[in-house]
Amino acid sequence: MIMAKEELLKVRELNKFFHDPTTIQVLRDINFDLYKGEYVSIMGKSGCGKSTLLYILSTMDTDYEGHIKLNGINLSQQSHNELARIRNEYIGFVFQFHYLLPEFSILENVMMPALKLGKYPRDQIEHKAIEKLKLLDIQELARKKATQVSGGQKQRVAIARALINEPLIIMGDEPTGNLDSKNADTVFHLFKEMIEEFNTTLLIVTHDEDFAKRTDRIITMSDGRIINL
Amino acid sequence: MGNKVLFKIARTHVYAKRKQSVIASLGVTFGIGTFIILMSFMTGLNGLLDGLILNRTPHVRVYNEIQPSETQPITTNSEYPNNKFFHKIESIKPKAARSSIRNSIGIIEGYESDKRVKGITPQVSARVFYKSGSVLLNGNLLGINPEEEARLFNFDDYVLHGSPTDLKNNSNGIILGAGVAKKLSLEIGDYIPMVNPQGKEFKLKIVGLFQSGLAEVDNIQSYANIAAAQSAAGEGTGYFTDIHFKLHDIEYATQMAAELEDLFGVHAIDIHRANAQFDTGTSIRNLITYAVSITLLIVAGFGIYNILNMLIYEKMNDIAILKATGFSGSDVKRIFIYQALLIGLMGGSIGLLAGFGMSHVIDNAPFETEALPTIKTFPVNFDPWFYIGGGIFAMVTTFFAGYLPARKASKIDPVEILRGQ
Ligand SMILES: Nc1ncnc2c1ncn2[C@@H]1O[C@H](COP(=O)(O)OP(=O)(O)OP(=O)(O)O)[C@@H](O)[C@H]1O
Ligand SMILES: [Mg+2]
Repeated sequence: MIMAKEELLKVRELNKFFHDPTTIQVLRDINFDLYKGEYVSIMGKSGCGKSTLLYILSTMDTDYEGHIKLNGINLSQQSHNELARIRNEYIGFVFQFHYLLPEFSILENVMMPALKLGKYPRDQIEHKAIEKLKLLDIQELARKKATQVSGGQKQRVAIARALINEPLIIMGDEPTGNLDSKNADTVFHLFKEMIEEFNTTLLIVTHDEDFAKRTDRIITMSDGRIINL
Repeated sequence: MGNKVLFKIARTHVYAKRKQSVIASLGVTFGIGTFIILMSFMTGLNGLLDGLILNRTPHVRVYNEIQPSETQPITTNSEYPNNKFFHKIESIKPKAARSSIRNSIGIIEGYESDKRVKGITPQVSARVFYKSGSVLLNGNLLGINPEEEARLFNFDDYVLHGSPTDLKNNSNGIILGAGVAKKLSLEIGDYIPMVNPQGKEFKLKIVGLFQSGLAEVDNIQSYANIAAAQSAAGEGTGYFTDIHFKLHDIEYATQMAAELEDLFGVHAIDIHRANAQFDTGTSIRNLITYAVSITLLIVAGFGIYNILNMLIYEKMNDIAILKATGFSGSDVKRIFIYQALLIGLMGGSIGLLAGFGMSHVIDNAPFETEALPTIKTFPVNFDPWFYIGGGIFAMVTTFFAGYLPARKASKIDPVEILRGQ
């Protein structure tokens, strides 16, 4: 049975410049589409603009030229507050470096975006957060402070946090960069389950060939351009 | 909605930086505490001085005064107008007007039901001599309605022994000036012989002693019932030398004095004219109190501003993460304003408590003065408005101290922070 492909992300003529110290173009004429339920990886040499692209797509960086449509919403026309709401509800982001709030426990870190969204009562959010931690095999860390866990564990906490609001799209900037192959495998399958359960779209920057090969599609970048869709 | 999370984050930040937070809130504590102590003490003192002067001063006083005759015969001659000629003949002496106020009953009855008036007390002033063997002491016997004087002009505050009621219950009673009693070695229960300028001798029974703190008053003045004073002055029941008005609102005093002069052709002086220097004293004391308190709070505000500014630099990463996970700039701003308010709330409430405690200590500290025989400790005003006002002011100050750093935090670009690592 062929399912109709539902469009989620549409990027047209995206260009990005940095002006400091001299003007350089880091993204050149980027055009591509993502569909709901797609598992896509982005590969490319260091410095080719992968992180820069993700920051723009995640609505955090608004200093660009071009058009981006997410779930039918034209991002370049939204206010900052509106973008924050979109980010909160529709986008899960895993940073290249795992950023947690140091004063809060692992569990609270995972719950935070859901508490902000306020769609579910607190106890339900807590229950969900523990579920996500279980899926990543770190539930026993729940009550620890974010500063008391290892790098790989932090990265998994950050992944759990990206999943908590069951977003339309999860963007990851080398989310498995700090993980051993067994844990990387766990994360790969976890993402896959998200697709099956919630029809989530995955856009993952990775240097890991094995990881990339198992995704539906690889976007290859070089020097600020997409050279292979 | 998400407000609870924002508050929780703010609380966690404040708790994580408890040392700095406590120091910042101590500034507020100090400012508010000083504000409360200063206000309570200063206004208490003002109240005391009000008691000294204002409370026993009538708001409007109607009296009779001997005035120069307004029309000299020469001025009635149109051949010699005053603007062309210097009048040398000014020989008509002041009229020997009755020292009783004309139509005093009319004035009292006309104004008793006036909405502006709290109460009216007529008085009879009679010149007497206190007699002790062959010694005659100059004196002034004031006939009053004791209970009304106590109600309206705090007369009872100056009665040392005995009470205004004792005087009311004894038509032949007298509340003697403490200075007189001392000079003549008289005590309560004794009779004091007196003589009036016409040579008539009479005796009154001492039911109380009176002390104003002003020696020249206490050595002369005594109080009796109106009828007794009228008889001492050799006059009848319609005779009054003074009518004192107490108003609900002192602001009407000037207007009312003018009205009385107009309607009844009497002399009337209002409290503003009688005590012009007093108002200035009070407002300057208030001004100093406010200026000092506000300065202290502003200093406290700078403390909070500093701490929050530092905190925001330390929390750059957290702010970036919050924003990346969907907290908006206004959410971040609110988090930091909550922090400021938390610090303000902590410092402010401790300040209010400390102020209250210190005020109690001052309130119980002994303070004895001749001027106010009934006052034994420092006067302190526990007006709840000081606490409400102080609390509000603490929160407003901390809000503004927190606002600028919070706005800065709300503008932090998360990408810059995340990329910079
Ligand atoms: N703030 C900035 N100002 C100027 N140039 C920048 C800035 N941030 C990044 N760049 C440049 O933009 C280019 C793309 O950087 P980006 O971080 O997107 O690379 P990347 O593909 O994610 O690399 P990596 O795989 O190492 O993470 C790089 O050449 C980098 O030097
Ligand atoms: Mg990168």
